[in-house]
Amino acid sequence: MHLQLAWRNIWRNPRRTTIITIAVVVGVWSMLVVGALDRGMIDQMVRNAIATLTGDIQIHHDGYRSDPVIENSIADPKDVHNALARHLPEGSFWTARVRVNAIVSNARYSTGVTLVGIDPESEARVSFIKTAVVDGHYLASDDTTGILVGRALVDKFETKVGHKLVLMSQDTEREIASRAFRITGTFRAELEATERQFVFVNKAAAQEMLKAGNGISEVSLFLPDHETVDMVRDKLKASLPPAYEVETWRELLPIITAYLSIMDSWIFIWYLVVFIAMGFGIVNTMLMAVFERIREFGLLTALGMKPWWIIKGVLLEAFFLLIMGMAVGNAFGFASVFILNRTGIDLSALGAGAEYVGLPRVIYPTVYIQDVITANVVVFVLGLLITIYPAAKASRFTPVEALAHI
Amino acid sequence: MSIVECKDVKKAYRQDHLFVQALGGITVTVARGAFVAIAGPSGSGKTTLLNLIGGLDTADSGRITVDEKTVTSMRQSELAVLRLYKIGFVFQSYNLIPVLSALENVEYVMLLQGVPQRERRERACSILDEVGLKEMYHRRPAELSGGQQQRVAVARAIVSNPSIVLADEPTANLDSKTGKELLQLMEKMNEEREITFIFSTHDQMVMDYARRLIILRDGLVTDDRSRDP
Ligand SMILES: Nc1ncnc2c1ncn2[C@@H]1O[C@H](COP(=O)(O)OP(=O)(O)OP(=O)(O)O)[C@@H](O)[C@H]1O
Ligand SMILES: [Mg+2]
Repeated sequence: MHLQLAWRNIWRNPRRTTIITIAVVVGVWSMLVVGALDRGMIDQMVRNAIATLTGDIQIHHDGYRSDPVIENSIADPKDVHNALARHLPEGSFWTARVRVNAIVSNARYSTGVTLVGIDPESEARVSFIKTAVVDGHYLASDDTTGILVGRALVDKFETKVGHKLVLMSQDTEREIASRAFRITGTFRAELEATERQFVFVNKAAAQEMLKAGNGISEVSLFLPDHETVDMVRDKLKASLPPAYEVETWRELLPIITAYLSIMDSWIFIWYLVVFIAMGFGIVNTMLMAVFERIREFGLLTALGMKPWWIIKGVLLEAFFLLIMGMAVGNAFGFASVFILNRTGIDLSALGAGAEYVGLPRVIYPTVYIQDVITANVVVFVLGLLITIYPAAKASRFTPVEALAHI
Repeated sequence: MSIVECKDVKKAYRQDHLFVQALGGITVTVARGAFVAIAGPSGSGKTTLLNLIGGLDTADSGRITVDEKTVTSMRQSELAVLRLYKIGFVFQSYNLIPVLSALENVEYVMLLQGVPQRERRERACSILDEVGLKEMYHRRPAELSGGQQQRVAVARAIVSNPSIVLADEPTANLDSKTGKELLQLMEKMNEEREITFIFSTHDQMVMDYARRLIILRDGLVTDDRSRDP
């Protein structure tokens, strides 16, 4: 009967009930959708970063990360090869790269880039580059003069596939080395900055130009199961001499890692902000509902109802309102995320602005079950907590006042 | 044996800077099974006296006992328990919970008293039959006439056999014929169930029904007479 009473009470004023319910629906909906957008964005950033060149794990020679010059390279990759052969789980891929700062120029322009010498075959299995080629074609293994350049760089240099570029860098003897390459293809990347930053040539060509022998700058690996990165990292570390650094993407991408770690608190803060807006609505409306029924609460008190029972009655009404709003809000939230996840949200219209802050071009919102739980717990628990205020008011009307009240 | 005893009960209200002496020292006793009317001009203190007896308000001084329990020294929570089990109330209007049917309104008090569901239902039905609302179980208050609503209120007040029923101008919103019928119902319940009724009124017809009439004026008892049986 308490349930029936509460349920009927909330429908005494259908308009008001609808308004509160809509407030809860909009609140829950925006919590879920914005949370999913944030998650999708960061997921995408991580995936992009890993696929771009980072990989799940990288191996460097000590000192390369703080000073990425060719002298700090792995002069003889034999130890690394052995360790990889022994410890990589089934289904992993790896590739070795030469990676140095260089200057690229043509007759009109020159700019600083990162020169990446790759093994075209193994690189294709680890990073984005093969699939990213849009004009011309990918590097052939025996093509020692070919170079892959980002679309943005090609545009900037007003050049095209088939034309020449000159690369300049410092070699192992600290001399300036330079060499001409011919553009075999251009690539697109998620971020324009990537297109401007990286140029790709054959590893052998880079080694020769830099007089690096067999030396490589980094080994990047891709694991079939991303959850195992820490374990694989530890194994590799243990089996390699201390002169090697083995790091996971979390260590290689400190900014993204920091993003990830503040994400939970950020989402929680967002929930609170939405809740505060919604909470004011709930409290106000419940107060109105309570003040409209002063006589009735007075009557109940006169009949011998304890204050605590009256509080429970009002909380029960709030319970129904919250549950209805949450049910619809979750349904809408999931539906929106589902649809947006299919289509993706294309941010390229935002252009350079979005790019500047490192946003991917397309975001696919992703629901994290822990976010859904948090959002619902926040709405439900805080919703009931703030209703204690109007409920306590209702329990304090004395029968004499209330019965004199018209 | 008396069911209600008031001894020098005083109550003043402060309104802004003004003290209003609503009750100026009331001493009365009401016998078990009585059928008493409290009458007097507007502002004479009828409602105040009933509220004090029913534990809805607290006296400034004096002593009130209901069924041998001293109301004037009880805490709020004890008063709530007393009202729930020992006292039935019938007010002038808005007696019922609008979203509950007649039957549910009667059942609700028993729910608060912890009566099991089956028994609740049976007792509510039989009391509604007794007050002549057999066909009206499932009507909401808004679908009942004023007289019918007051009958439901009487049914609710007596369903758990309280020591007394306090009724503040129960007929004031009814036409004289309906008022008379309500009075007859109350009288019948008083006789059959031996429940004490104390009600206030302005209405001569209602006073004529009472077996004892207490007249208040300016917060004092000016007359107190019993009809011969
Ligand atoms: N809550 C209150 N605050 C201030 N004064 C009050 C209050 N309740 C009653 N009074 C005053 O106390 C006196 C007695 O009031 P009470 O309501 O008991 O009279 P009554 O006999 O029931 O009158 P009526 O026939 O109009 O219902 C009146 O002067 C009234 O103005
Ligand atoms: Mg009165």
